[in-house]
Amino acid sequence: MTAVRRYPVLVALCLAALFMVVPFLIVAVNAVKSPTEYSQHGPLSLPKDVYLDGLKDFWERVDYSQKLVNSVLISGSVAILAVVLSVLNAYAIGIGRIRGRTWVLAFFVLANMLPQEALVYPIYYLSKQAGLYDTRLSVIIVFTVVQAAFGTYLLSSVLSRFPKEIIEAARIDGANKWQVLWRVVVPVSRPTLGVLLVFFFIWTWNEFLLPLVMLISNDNQTVSVALGVLQGQRLMDATMTNAAALLGVLPALVFFLVFQRTLTRGIAVGAVK
Amino acid sequence: MTVTVERGTRAAGSHRHTGPRRPRPRESYALFLLPGILAFLVVIVVPFLMNTGVSFTEWQGVGTPKWTGLANYRELLDDSEFWASFRHSLFMVVAMAAVPTVLGLVLAAALFDYVAKHFGTRIAAVLRACFYLPQVLPIAVAGIVWSWILAPDNGSLNALLKAVGLGSWQQDWLGDPDLALYSVMGVMVWVQLGFPLVVFMAGLQRVDPQLYEAAELDGAGWWRRFWHITLPQIRPEIYVVLTWCTIAALKVFGAVYVLTKGGPGGVTDVPSYFSFTTFFEKTQVGYGAAISTVLTVIILVLSLVFLKLQTRTEDAEEGARAA
Repeated sequence: MTAVRRYPVLVALCLAALFMVVPFLIVAVNAVKSPTEYSQHGPLSLPKDVYLDGLKDFWERVDYSQKLVNSVLISGSVAILAVVLSVLNAYAIGIGRIRGRTWVLAFFVLANMLPQEALVYPIYYLSKQAGLYDTRLSVIIVFTVVQAAFGTYLLSSVLSRFPKEIIEAARIDGANKWQVLWRVVVPVSRPTLGVLLVFFFIWTWNEFLLPLVMLISNDNQTVSVALGVLQGQRLMDATMTNAAALLGVLPALVFFLVFQRTLTRGIAVGAVK
Repeated sequence: MTVTVERGTRAAGSHRHTGPRRPRPRESYALFLLPGILAFLVVIVVPFLMNTGVSFTEWQGVGTPKWTGLANYRELLDDSEFWASFRHSLFMVVAMAAVPTVLGLVLAAALFDYVAKHFGTRIAAVLRACFYLPQVLPIAVAGIVWSWILAPDNGSLNALLKAVGLGSWQQDWLGDPDLALYSVMGVMVWVQLGFPLVVFMAGLQRVDPQLYEAAELDGAGWWRRFWHITLPQIRPEIYVVLTWCTIAALKVFGAVYVLTKGGPGGVTDVPSYFSFTTFFEKTQVGYGAAISTVLTVIILVLSLVFLKLQTRTEDAEEGARAA
């Protein structure tokens, strides 16, 4: 390939990548622009000085610290609990090779495919009956199970190729099944479990429909729900919208930078199963 | 630990099929499945059965549901809103499965054997990260970003068009009934593109570079290599991506909720948003349940079809290789 033809492709790709990132840049620029400047020069001008009152106002008005705490609490608990549940299921299916495991696995795959729309009303109704409506616990329970459906499917196939010799050696040394699981299988599978942990955390952080239905009081809402509801009410002016968008983008950006390698590798692992 | 594992793996490979099988007590492993099965019964199976049951009744969410048999489903067949929402679903499949898969393939191939080869893997990785970024964004936040960019007054897109002298092209992107669906589709392409791209780039790493070198020596151009080597080699990934993205497109909810609320005049309504409003705004729970049951059936059938296609192709390929 000649050098003359190489550069246009690179330039085209860079432009396309820029197009993907531009919305983030515009939001960042306008979130630190004062309302007067915005109304004078519109969205495309660069701000003359950094105006942080918009961000501060928004933070206080929606009690953003509380939303962050809720999101971290819910996503963190779900990630850990769902990994534990997936490990237990996959241990029985992949290593225990229990009878009828194909059917059990098919059951988890189907559960993973089900649209949440087909579960949302009964879950809403049942949690009201159980006194769990509008609690963070209800969302944690539901998403632990939803995420574990995928985790079971992925881990079962990983663990079914787990070297039998290691397990048998541990059994001969007198370890029972429980000890084999926690002292042998879990430590050896740590990289896969790490990928699942990161995925469950981010997926739960981004969930919208069920938290929207289940968490109605301000004190319990997640970042996603709070921002989505505000946007749905169409009450925000331009500066506030941008403050909201920037504050919503920042945590995602942090996860992305911290977990970049895990994310891109993990997708590859998950996809080819 | 690591050493043990490696040795174990190798040993497992060598005499997995030899050695007599000791009968193991299998049943006791079932205990490990107990918490999972119980949790799935409570959170998935019971609600799903309830939802299906309710779809045969008339119910406002309070009191006793009234059995009406297939009445809800018969009503659905005559409901133009219902048909419209599924028609819009097809548009979403185009925007979230077809377009991202095609674009993702071309971009992945270009990044993998053009940019990475001639300009270094680091540049390729940075570009890949840019494309993947929207995927980690909560859909609610993506919705806020785009509804402001596409706003009619002082939105960035209109301001940009004005700045470059195309003022007459300015539109109410999300408020014009003729445009709203296409605007939402554009946003969804932006959201979804990173997923196929990353999966395909990972898949390309499996492809034997010698295939490309041989083809290049034979004088095959980039497009021919793409068509005859890249595409067949990463077919498993293409199936997986199409399946996942199609299902995601049928389930799309958050984007519609935040961008347009199904409007203007229902032109961006989709089944999941339609069932949501029927459940919680109109409180016609029985009817909402019928909508979501139809959606579920479609998703399950599609998944099975994709799975079947995938295994059949794999079998055919294995057969060809064995022959």
